[in-house]
Amino acid sequence: MAAQSKAKTASLSDPSIVGRAVLDSFRKLSPRLMAKNPVMFVVEIGAVITTAELAHDFWDRSRGIGPATGIGFGLQISLWLWFTVLFANFAEAMAEGRGKAQADTLRKARSETTAHVIRANGAIEEVSSSKLRLNDIVVVSAGEFIPGDGDVIEGVASVDESAITGESAPVIRESGGDRSAVTGGTRVLSDQIKICIKSNPGETFLDRMIKLVEGASRQKTPNEIALNILLAGLTIIFLLAVVTLEPFAIYSGAPQTLFVLVSLLVCLIPTTIGGLLSAIGIAGMDRLIQRNVLAMSGRAVEAAGDVDTLLLDKTGTITLGNRQATVFTPAPGVDEKHLALTAQLASLADETPEGRSIVVLAKERYGLRGIELSAQSPLFIPFSAHTRMSGVDLDGEEIRKGAPDAIKRYIQERGNKISSEVEEIVKSIANSGGTPLLVARNRIVLGVIHLEDIVKGGMKERFEHLRAMGIRTMMITGDNPLTAAAIAKQAGVDGFLAEAKPEEKMALIKSEQAKGKLVAMTGDGTNDAPALAQADVGVAMNTGTQAAKEAGNMIDLDSNPTKLIEIVEIGKQLLITRGALTTFSVANDVAKYFAIIPAMFAAAFPQLGVLNVMRLHTPQSAVLSAVIFNALIIVALIPLALRGVRYRAAGAEALLRRNLLIYGLGGIVSPFVGIKIIDILITSLHWA
Amino acid sequence: MTANGWFQIAVFLLVILAITKPLGVFMTNVFTRKKTFLDTVLRPLERLVYRLTGVDETREMSWIEYGAAMLLFSLVSMLLLYLIERTQQWLPFNPQKLGAVAQDLAFNTAASFTTNTNWQAYTPETTMSYLTQMAGLAYHNFASAAVGIALAIAVIRGISSREMKTIGNFWVDVTRSFLWVLLPACLLVSLVFVSQGVVQNLRPYDTAQLINPYQTQATGADGKTTTQTVAQQTIAQGPVASQEAIKELGTNGGGFFNANSAHPFENPTPFSNFLQVVLIFAIPSGLTYTLGRMTGSPKHGWAVWSAMTVLFLAGVLTVFWAEARGNPLPAGVDQTPSSLQAGGNMEGKEVRFGIANSALFATVTTDASCGAVNGMHDSFTPLGGMVPLVNIMLGEVVFGGVGSGLYGMLVFVILAVFIAGLMVGRTPEYLGKKIEAFDVKMAMLSVLVFSLATLALPAIAAVSPRFGTSSISNPGAHGLSQILYAYVSATGNNGSAFNGINSNTFWYNTTLAISMLMGRFLAVIPILAIAGNLARKKISPPSLGAFPVTTPLFTMLLVSTVVVVGALTFFPVLSLGPILEQVLMTAGRSF
Repeated sequence: MAAQSKAKTASLSDPSIVGRAVLDSFRKLSPRLMAKNPVMFVVEIGAVITTAELAHDFWDRSRGIGPATGIGFGLQISLWLWFTVLFANFAEAMAEGRGKAQADTLRKARSETTAHVIRANGAIEEVSSSKLRLNDIVVVSAGEFIPGDGDVIEGVASVDESAITGESAPVIRESGGDRSAVTGGTRVLSDQIKICIKSNPGETFLDRMIKLVEGASRQKTPNEIALNILLAGLTIIFLLAVVTLEPFAIYSGAPQTLFVLVSLLVCLIPTTIGGLLSAIGIAGMDRLIQRNVLAMSGRAVEAAGDVDTLLLDKTGTITLGNRQATVFTPAPGVDEKHLALTAQLASLADETPEGRSIVVLAKERYGLRGIELSAQSPLFIPFSAHTRMSGVDLDGEEIRKGAPDAIKRYIQERGNKISSEVEEIVKSIANSGGTPLLVARNRIVLGVIHLEDIVKGGMKERFEHLRAMGIRTMMITGDNPLTAAAIAKQAGVDGFLAEAKPEEKMALIKSEQAKGKLVAMTGDGTNDAPALAQADVGVAMNTGTQAAKEAGNMIDLDSNPTKLIEIVEIGKQLLITRGALTTFSVANDVAKYFAIIPAMFAAAFPQLGVLNVMRLHTPQSAVLSAVIFNALIIVALIPLALRGVRYRAAGAEALLRRNLLIYGLGGIVSPFVGIKIIDILITSLHWA
Repeated sequence: MTANGWFQIAVFLLVILAITKPLGVFMTNVFTRKKTFLDTVLRPLERLVYRLTGVDETREMSWIEYGAAMLLFSLVSMLLLYLIERTQQWLPFNPQKLGAVAQDLAFNTAASFTTNTNWQAYTPETTMSYLTQMAGLAYHNFASAAVGIALAIAVIRGISSREMKTIGNFWVDVTRSFLWVLLPACLLVSLVFVSQGVVQNLRPYDTAQLINPYQTQATGADGKTTTQTVAQQTIAQGPVASQEAIKELGTNGGGFFNANSAHPFENPTPFSNFLQVVLIFAIPSGLTYTLGRMTGSPKHGWAVWSAMTVLFLAGVLTVFWAEARGNPLPAGVDQTPSSLQAGGNMEGKEVRFGIANSALFATVTTDASCGAVNGMHDSFTPLGGMVPLVNIMLGEVVFGGVGSGLYGMLVFVILAVFIAGLMVGRTPEYLGKKIEAFDVKMAMLSVLVFSLATLALPAIAAVSPRFGTSSISNPGAHGLSQILYAYVSATGNNGSAFNGINSNTFWYNTTLAISMLMGRFLAVIPILAIAGNLARKKISPPSLGAFPVTTPLFTMLLVSTVVVVGALTFFPVLSLGPILEQVLMTAGRSF
């Protein structure tokens, strides 16, 4: 999928995709395939009937007993009916085309490699990658392809995953923790790792991905099934209306030809949406794939549109990575630079991102370079989650930095107290949502470091959009409630879960679901897996563990948690496109009635010409124009079906008003114009 | 279109608006078993009914059980009516010594009254004894209305309840409809009708001597034409007032006399006429508020009410305009309104009521599935006559029959929500409940049943000279309207007739009965299934992203859905019936 960015633009204009789609549209004429789409199947049957009638007319004419009128009309109707079916097939084939091209690229990555399997006795055996079984242990060295999906059980390596993600920068994979999962088909760039294989042949991630992008395992989604039922129902009603019209016409002394009756039926049944429905679904999945998200089922994409509550991890989603030191506030009587220097010394042994940010801040703001300490035989006390302090013993001086209560205890043990001024500073930093760290030198507190979460730009607006769409955002964080509340306010989320543990996250999801809400979340760790499985939309990060990837119903290859918002928008766009084209299709029928009904009875009752509001030239041109419009509108709407209708974040009422205006009212008006234009064209071309 | 006419229509609408909320609140209280002012009297009576019938009023039913109970109840009542009709000659209260009703007619009538249609293929005063009218027909007027209300309440429960397997108890709902809603109101209204001059007795028919005897020619069985002098007129009597109230309040429409509400004994004064149209809309209108209240969204109730009102106004103003305009063909009749006459097309209309009240009555009776008439729709202008026809074709959801109007409208609500709901970017939901494949399937099934019965049977009749077209009184487009109207009226459970068609034949009696049964029972089973299915679902809380069902936009959407579904199904045949007749009439041809 390295050619991803190119694939995005290549759609209707890519000749190879179009070429394949044209061939496919004929292949899809097979009744076995057509029967899956009741509306278009009816059109195909109609085309067969008119073609047979045409042949019959030919036969009669050849024996000189045929009708006096020309057969041009019947021929054109039959042709356009076949075109209608072909156009619908073409739409579906186009939607599939892009996925098929991507699948071809992926297949190349799946090519067989040689795996070095470590047997129980320690011997290394060369085996073809396709013969690997679950729980085989393989060793992969720099330059080799990883032979199958699995977890790193020993070692660290940089891995090129561009074959899967399209991202050329290598990623680190290491044993233990949440970065242990590797994917077959990716390449180790440096070092050597041992991998425990977690998939059987044919069930690898790459295999699944190929199937997904190709649409081979595509099943109709619940809403698509419901919509198909509606369309089939409408088709039956129109079938009834048309079939019973003939007796009424006979009663009235104006019997109709088969060509006209079939034309009326085909024009009335919802062919526009019937022809584009599956293309819309495929294109929706495809839009996700273009954003490097793999949806394991179409159901998940639909659910994404329905999401009521987004659970967003604070770190990396709402805020920029980790907390960073922003200010040094000295205690009364302490020089700020002295505080900065001490803080830097205390943090030298703190490898956490926060610790590093202190060193960086001191360096940037006060030009304090790392001091060469090795000569002074320092004793570093590294940061630990247990003591929540770090520091250094240097020349008999104890320099410490850490969480306020940890330092408080440390100082009390040494017979001192924290001044009320420092307490004040600590409190005000905590209230503002920051994290205070105290710096002490020889049991005297020198001041406070202000660690801050930096909220990503534009998040507030995004959450406002989401709110307008009726979606609540919940921030999940390990911070204490005070800090969490402050950041929540700053970021403009609707709620937060502070000091969140996996089980609390799970409880939150369940309580939201009990209220009837649909919940979406992202996760990467093994302990996220149960929540990912419980959530209606669970997006697993590709960097995450195998367990998380199994549990979620979507995988983000870019491992970007913010993408959840885009996923929701794509889900909504898919549903709106479906609804808009359904409305458009049904609304179109009004004009078609005004074209065909007066045409049908013009000969017997010229007075009914008052219904011919479009002033179409002749009865034949009227019927033909309606049929041609009906066929061409499918082609005209293919780009819209593939691209999706334009989506704006707005409340339901505003969206409905806008879409009803465009696709409802537009659906009523546009065929009047379209049919009239076609009528003018075909009469000037003397087709009818 | 006189100012007086406009005024009367406006007053009517205001009265309906005024009674909607009180009635809706009252019915909500009745069916959610909250306190009502009638409890002290009726509660003991209700308990007695349950003790006698062995009904456990606390037991809830699934939709299948509810539907089965409803079908059983209707079947037994229908058989009972059939029996009474067939044996009335041996039963009491038959001063005119009327004989047994013919088999096919008895079947047709039994189906007709059980389904709340009240299609009458007979002349009541010469066919049905007082006992048949009271114990057979009037009983059904109550029973079928009570069943309708019960079904609507069950459907509302399905929408409003949360993860429930049941939708109420049919026997309790029916009993409460009888005791709290229908009986007290009818008792009161019957007395008001008596005060207006509606008769109420069990006497044999009176005979009056004509002041001016006249001569008439009759063709005897032997084919000879004889001239007879008519010097006497028989004046039919009977327990009319007690049936008149339920005829309208229960949207039944079956007249005690053949002339229905055009008969002075049924509808003597302008006030009684006004009261009748108000009664027809009363319960269906109140139920919209009940829907809003029980689902916790009164605004949704009003949105549905508004959609119904928009459709009602469109109908009544069209008829009013078409009839007031009169007949464009030079008929030698003065059609201008004056202080002495209503003007316009007065053929088939009562001079007591004039154009506006006839237009109002015709619209109301066909919007609701009542079918009572105070004028002959057959004699309306083609466009004026098309409105009642179209009203029924829309599925009788413009207020509609008691209960049936609301649950019929809810099918359109579900379709509207499903088609347009996607356009807000969520899978469709109605008041927080997801509309899924099963619900759509059932809604479409219900619409399909209606289309099948209203299109297939008249299509057969239209090309069958022996039993179909032989019954019509006018050829051409008008004849087609007559056939169509009969089946549409039967399937829609309306029961009004276009007249002009002789429907008391074996073919029409049987097929129309089938239409009526299909229109009522086949159409409601899928709706009950929807109710049962919805009841089981979770309710997602209202949010800005949820589909709005309380706004004018929704009202507009609902109106469009009803019109588009109706128009798409029936436009072809309408264009050969009333539309063709209208354009031919404009061109100078009449039938």
